[in-house]
Amino acid sequence: MVQNTYSLFNLAYNAIHRHRHWSTAWRKPEPASAYDVVIIGGGGHGLATAYYLAKNHGITNVAVLEKGWLGGGNTGRNTTIVRSNYYLAANARFYELSMQLWETLSQDLNFNVMYSPRGVLNLAHTPGQLGAFASRGNAMRLNGVDAELLDREQVAQRVPQLDISDQARFPIWGGLLQPRGGIARHDAVAWGYARAADALGVDIIENCEVTSMQRENGRVTAVETTRGRIQANRVGVVVAGHAGTVAGMADLRLPLESHILQAMVTEPVKPVLNTVVTSGAAHCYVNQSDKGELVMGGDLDGYNAYARRGSPAVVQDVVSSALSLFPDFSRLRLMRTWGGTVDMSMDGSPIISKTPVDNLYLNVGWCYGGFKATPGSGWVFAHTIANDEPHPLNAAFRLDRFREGRALDENGAGPVPAAH
Amino acid sequence: MQIICPWCGERSYEEFRYGGDATVVRPTASEAADDDAWHEYIFVRDNPYGPHEEWWYHAYGCHQWFRVRRDTVTYEILSTVPANHRSGDRQA
Ligand SMILES: Cc1cc2nc3c(=O)[nH]c(=O)nc-3n(C[C@H](O)[C@H](O)[C@H](O)COP(=O)(O)OP(=O)(O)OC[C@H]3O[C@@H](n4cnc5c(N)ncnc54)[C@H](O)[C@@H]3O)c2cc1C
Ligand SMILES: [Zn+2]
Repeated sequence: MVQNTYSLFNLAYNAIHRHRHWSTAWRKPEPASAYDVVIIGGGGHGLATAYYLAKNHGITNVAVLEKGWLGGGNTGRNTTIVRSNYYLAANARFYELSMQLWETLSQDLNFNVMYSPRGVLNLAHTPGQLGAFASRGNAMRLNGVDAELLDREQVAQRVPQLDISDQARFPIWGGLLQPRGGIARHDAVAWGYARAADALGVDIIENCEVTSMQRENGRVTAVETTRGRIQANRVGVVVAGHAGTVAGMADLRLPLESHILQAMVTEPVKPVLNTVVTSGAAHCYVNQSDKGELVMGGDLDGYNAYARRGSPAVVQDVVSSALSLFPDFSRLRLMRTWGGTVDMSMDGSPIISKTPVDNLYLNVGWCYGGFKATPGSGWVFAHTIANDEPHPLNAAFRLDRFREGRALDENGAGPVPAAH
Repeated sequence: MQIICPWCGERSYEEFRYGGDATVVRPTASEAADDDAWHEYIFVRDNPYGPHEEWWYHAYGCHQWFRVRRDTVTYEILSTVPANHRSGDRQA
């Protein structure tokens, strides 16, 4: 079956033919008995890994095994913010690779991922915080990342809906803006990578849960699934909140905990907010989706959880914080809230790494912020699997960094997963 | 979610502070020089899907730390005991 390209010509042709001739975006193959590489987890990261294995390394005998539907995990549950405004050099360089890939991803995948560089603004509520932002902005610029420090008037000009009065619950002293940051359409990222990987020969297998792993002489050789046993020369684990469970199948215990993070949207309204606004002090962030909904999120619920449902108290906390910044939004109605199970690592940074088990690789520990890293994560993880050694940009994200005393604690929060 | 305090009974989780995995044990003096023991204690967690042994603190209540056995999938409280007891010693 040959895939259609999405082009103006094909759009016109199919419009005339009442859209009856579009090919499906990806095949639904039966699992083969063996693959060169098996990727466990069909979220954005797993699909991107498969795509770059095929595209950058010519490894096309690859299966992505997903227990549910593509992007049904955190990929389809996140608030879609993309940015690379990190302080530590290893983080800044790694996330910046993704920023660069976002800029041309729609063309590369022939799928509109709706990357919108509308700017990400972190609000400073005290002079001390503004000073810390100046320092982070300088660090970013030294790493080649765009950053602008805004004073209070510049913030007001850019986001006139903010309450910048002296009476505000969180007075605004300025902010740090990353102009190239913004949002992208989460589902489209999963679908675009799936379609592009499928076109290169990758088998994408949904409704296929991995239930155990086989090892021989210290190396992984096969996975047992709800659709039968599949042999694999190499296995990549990309299962976000289920990292502990799946790694446990190879007797690995990880430096992370699964927690719940919630998000919520209002009813859709006309464009009112063209910048992503975050406030660490108020514990919330807000952006407006292309459909017009105001998308909001905040802190974790704060206890180990796999249930993807959280407490209404946290919803109330996020909403009241957002309203203290944007009083005008108080008359909007909340339409939906939901939760995702996030893999909180002990230092807040991801683990993209080889493991003590040969041919078994991990791509986990994304905390509440892995969507932005989807392209770069797939890129370096494909490299790690193809070459059995890390790419220079994920060399710092090793599993053994904790034991070696090389934790990458961006926030200086210590080994308390819920604090990052 | 409701947490059951061994002293105050069933209260909203908003009254409590979470203290994490209650099964981790600080290395003893004789293990103090052992990097592996510290690595396990500080960083590595079982992170179970299902029953989890954990610390909770009744911050807006009786100010006591206690141990709770809670299911991380259903959020059911399986047992709750004072800090110096082990789960299963006594049911609240
Ligand atoms: C509410 C919320 C808001 C967020 N906001 C942002 C944001 O604004 N910006 C940002 O950058 N990040 C954000 N994140 C984080 C981001 O969503 C994740 O880090 C990222 O999507 C992880 O992608 P993934 O592909 O690793 O995981 P997932 O998309 O979760 O994919 C993992 C897949 O593995 C599958 N799986 C699990 N176990 C098995 C098994 N045994 N066999 C087969 N398949 C299995 C799951 O079904 C799932 O589909 C947010 C997360 C949440 C929950
Ligand atoms: Zn109490």
